[in-house]
Parts: sequence; structure tokens; C-alpha cells
Amino acid sequence: MADTIELRDIEVWDGNMAASQALRQVQVDVVAAYPITPSTPIVEGYAGFKANGYVDGEFVMTESEHGAMSCCIGAAAAGGRVATATSSQGFALMLETLYSASGMRLPIVLNLVNRAIGAPLNVNGDHSDMYMGRDSGWIQFGAYSPQEAYDLNFIAFKVSEDHDVRLPAIVNQDGFMTSHTAQGVHTLSDEVAYNFVGDYKPMNDMLDLDHPVTHGVQTEEDWHFEHKARQQHALMTAVLPKIQAAFDDFEKLSGRKYNIVESYNMDDAEVAVVCMGTSVETAREVAEEMRTQHGIKAGVIGIRVFRPWPLEQIAAALKDVKAIGALDRSSPHGAMGALFNELSGSLFNTETKAVLTNYIYGLGGRDLTKAHLVGIFTELKANADALKPTTPLQQYIGLRGPKLSFF
Amino acid sequence: MLEIRWHSRAGQGAVTGAKGLADVVSTTGKHVQAFAFYGSAKRGAAMTAYNRVDDKVIMNHEKFMAPDYVLVIDPALVYVADITANEKENTVYIITTHMSTEELIASQPKLSGKKVYTVDCIKISQETIGKAIPNTPMLGALMKVSGMYEMDFFKENMIRVLKKLPQKIIDANMIAIQRAYDEVK
Repeated sequence: MADTIELRDIEVWDGNMAASQALRQVQVDVVAAYPITPSTPIVEGYAGFKANGYVDGEFVMTESEHGAMSCCIGAAAAGGRVATATSSQGFALMLETLYSASGMRLPIVLNLVNRAIGAPLNVNGDHSDMYMGRDSGWIQFGAYSPQEAYDLNFIAFKVSEDHDVRLPAIVNQDGFMTSHTAQGVHTLSDEVAYNFVGDYKPMNDMLDLDHPVTHGVQTEEDWHFEHKARQQHALMTAVLPKIQAAFDDFEKLSGRKYNIVESYNMDDAEVAVVCMGTSVETAREVAEEMRTQHGIKAGVIGIRVFRPWPLEQIAAALKDVKAIGALDRSSPHGAMGALFNELSGSLFNTETKAVLTNYIYGLGGRDLTKAHLVGIFTELKANADALKPTTPLQQYIGLRGPKLSFF
Repeated sequence: MLEIRWHSRAGQGAVTGAKGLADVVSTTGKHVQAFAFYGSAKRGAAMTAYNRVDDKVIMNHEKFMAPDYVLVIDPALVYVADITANEKENTVYIITTHMSTEELIASQPKLSGKKVYTVDCIKISQETIGKAIPNTPMLGALMKVSGMYEMDFFKENMIRVLKKLPQKIIDANMIAIQRAYDEVK
């Protein structure tokens, strides 16, 4: 039986330590991992817990991230609680196996510490890896702080392992800006944290020898489409209600309230930015200052659940604003940013006539300053007043050299 | 909001110092943030680390900072790093050096007219801990200059922060903290 750790009510942890502690508290059966900056301390910390007797499960050091996720898939199919962590190129190397995990309907929790994807090589935070996983069939949560990286791990296990869901889940946190930034984290005791997630209840597990099952089958034209349709059906119908229920339970337990779409100052907002990660919190602070110092009714929409995309909730949250800025922290490489496109798809068939523009920012860890956000809100106000875009549709923010914009 | 910027070389313990400070401050009910700029820095490369302290939850994640305190824990960085970047009118500098404050300002004129304190954290850590890890003595100096906390309270909490180290090293760190507290000018 693993030893417990007496945590203080508030521990000063970075996002990596917060995630690592959460993995310890839910007593994962198998963590298979290959280290990569900036996610390494999650599995390094977990291996330390294992070595010091705080974890009963297995820790498997694999030869690559492809091997790590493959090992997770095998362990999940065998019938265990499974987790890992990675970033950037490591996530890219996992990509093939990510589709296997979701297609085989295996609950696995992946802590994805968001980092740029090279070339050029860069270890700092942006959302390129998160965006790469968009269509992989994984549930994707977004944390804005170490506290949320901690809390959302518990939510992720609970939702992912639900028998009506059985889909793997990613908990995103910003590389360095969350993963290596120490802040106060309100903790749960080991017992309370474990009981929130509960004992793992296997389903169709390969080690249940009385009920033989096959995993990872081949289906051609005859059944492939039906399998993918069932996966989509679960993602589109089962997941968001289960997430909401888990958020509600977690609020009762901790007092901390999470929402599928995080609205801040949106009740009477005239302009709003939509963003993810640490930028959400910085934008909230600036939105407050836009009201008190600049007389602009600014609001912020934070994406808490990136997949499945909460189309109806997003549309409802933005129905009354006059101008929206979609902030994408990933190079769109020949298109509008992904958030811009998602928001367009969410709003196109609604009554809203909001002006929607796109900002590309923060690639490779480039700072998003409060001054940048003041500039963005100010431009959005001009769009709201003019009822049409007064700027190019896609602008690069915080880029050195001449201004870059398109359309 | 209180904001602190550390100038250090990778390996000198600025990140540990910043996180340790955040841990101690957090026990008093304040909200804290500690982070650093890393990149693919090798040991010895110039780097910066940061602290924010506030009475309310810190939502600002920008890396930009106009610091209230600048802590320099490697003497040469006074000449090769931009230690006065984004300074405020009343920014306070605490600098590790073997020189007196007057000698230091004479050697780096851009510090003239500023609030500069000096302490030799390198020598203190070499003589107490046995190697040049100037982070904890700098915190002792910061306690003296800022008046942030009583020394007993601070040391008691630092013992908890350092609890994973051997007792001998913890004791040496406490002596280093006290010496820097007493010696900073």
C-alpha cells in the first residue's frame, strides 16, 4: 500500500508539480513515459514518488514517445488506470498512436505541456501541439494556471473513465508560463482526491479472461465508418454533460467552479477576446482595466474544453457582443487561425452580427503583454463602433519588424 | 503588487531562490508567482527569474515586468546584463559584489543616483555552504533591505523549504542568510 503525503492547504507548486501530485493522488496503475521539455518534471516527479513508495503502480521508461503512448494503450486495454505526459515534438511522435487510443475507446490521461513545434527548435510555450491533436478524438481540457492543471487532472480521469465516455483526455497547460511558474495551489488531501475519481472500473479489459475481447481490430469499408460514427456520437452527446456533472461535483468538493465555456465580464460586454491558456487570465485583468481606465466594456471568453468543441455554449456566450477577437497561439500555416475558424462556424448560423477578427500571437513563447491586449481591445472597440472590420482580418501581435497582416 | 527580478547565471540557484521566496511569502496568506526565462540555457548562461506578490490572486502572466527590486547574484552581470531594464523611479538594487557600494557605482555609472545595496553573497556562500550558491544569502539581504519579514520567521520557513537537504547544508544556509542580513550595506 502506497504511503500518503500530508499536503499543506496551499502548496506553492508549478504546473508540472501540480500535475505530478494529481497523478500520484489518483494512484495510476501504469505511467509509461519518455521525457521532453517542458513536461519532463511531471513524469520525473512521478517516478520520484514511485521510487519513494508513494505510488503502487508501474512506471515504464520507454524508448520514445511513440513507445510511451503504445505502452499506455496496451496497459489501458489490459484494464488499468493509465497516464503520461509529453510536449511538442514528443506529442507529434505520439500522434499516430493517439488515434489508436481514441479509436479503441481507451481512457488515458495525457498531460500535454504546450510547446512550440520546430523548426526552428524552440522549447517555449505555444499551442502548436494542442492544435495538432484537434482531430485525434481526444477530449481536450485547458488549464490557465497551476491550480487548474491540478484540478483538471481529477476531472479528466473522472470523465475519461466513465463507461458512457471511454475516451482518452488531454489536460493542456502552457509550457513554462504554467508548467514552470510556481503559484499557490489549494490542495485536496490524498483521500479526498482519490475518492473523487474513485476506483478504476475496467470495461472490456483484456485481463478479464472469463470474457475474452479483441482490441485493435481491422475494419474495412464494412464497419470502419460505423465505429468512427459511434466515436463521434459519444464525443458530441455524452462528453459535455459528463464534464458538466464532473465540474458540478468538483465544485461541491472544493468550492472551485469550472465551466465548459469560461465567461468573464460578458454580461454587458461590447467587445470580447477569445483565447486559451495563461492568456485568459492576463486578458481578464486587462478587460477589467479597459472598463475602469479606458471606458471600454470588455469581456473575455476562455476555452476550457477545446474538444469536443462546445458550439452551442460558445454561440450563446458571444451572442450579444459587437466585436470579437480570436487569439490564436499557433501558426495557422496558410489559413485563418483555428479559433477564428471555430468561432466563425459557431456563429455563422446565429443572429449575431459581431465583427470577428483574428490575432496570431505568442509563438515560441513570445510574451503577450498587457499592452498588447490593451491594443487589441481598443481595435475591437473601433470594429464595434464601425460595425465592420477596421483592421485586416488576421494580424500578427508582438512580432518584430514590419507589421504582418492578411486579408 | 510587489515585483522582483533576479539576475543570475544558470546553476546559481535563482529559480530555487525565487520559488523558495514564493513559498515563504505564501504562508502569510499572500498570493505569489515565481517564474524564470529559460530557453535552452546552459550552466553559466545569464538568465533572469521573477517574483510577484499581491494581496489578491495574480492573474497577470505577462513576462514583462517593471521591478520594485532587482537582485543580482552574480557580480559580472552588472556589466554584461541589462540589470536596469524597465526600472522604475524607486527600483531598489541588491547586488552581489566584493566591492563597496561606492566602488561598484564608480565601476558601473548607470547605477549612480539609484538605490543600490551591496553584499558579497558569493563569498558568504563559499565560506558557509562551501560552494558559490548565492541564492539563499541574497534572500537574507532582501529581508534586511525590504523589512519584509522578521528574521526568525523567515529562517523557520526556509528550513521547511530546504527540508530535503542534509541537516549540515540547511544549517550552513541559515548562517549564510544571517550573514547576508547582517552584512548588506
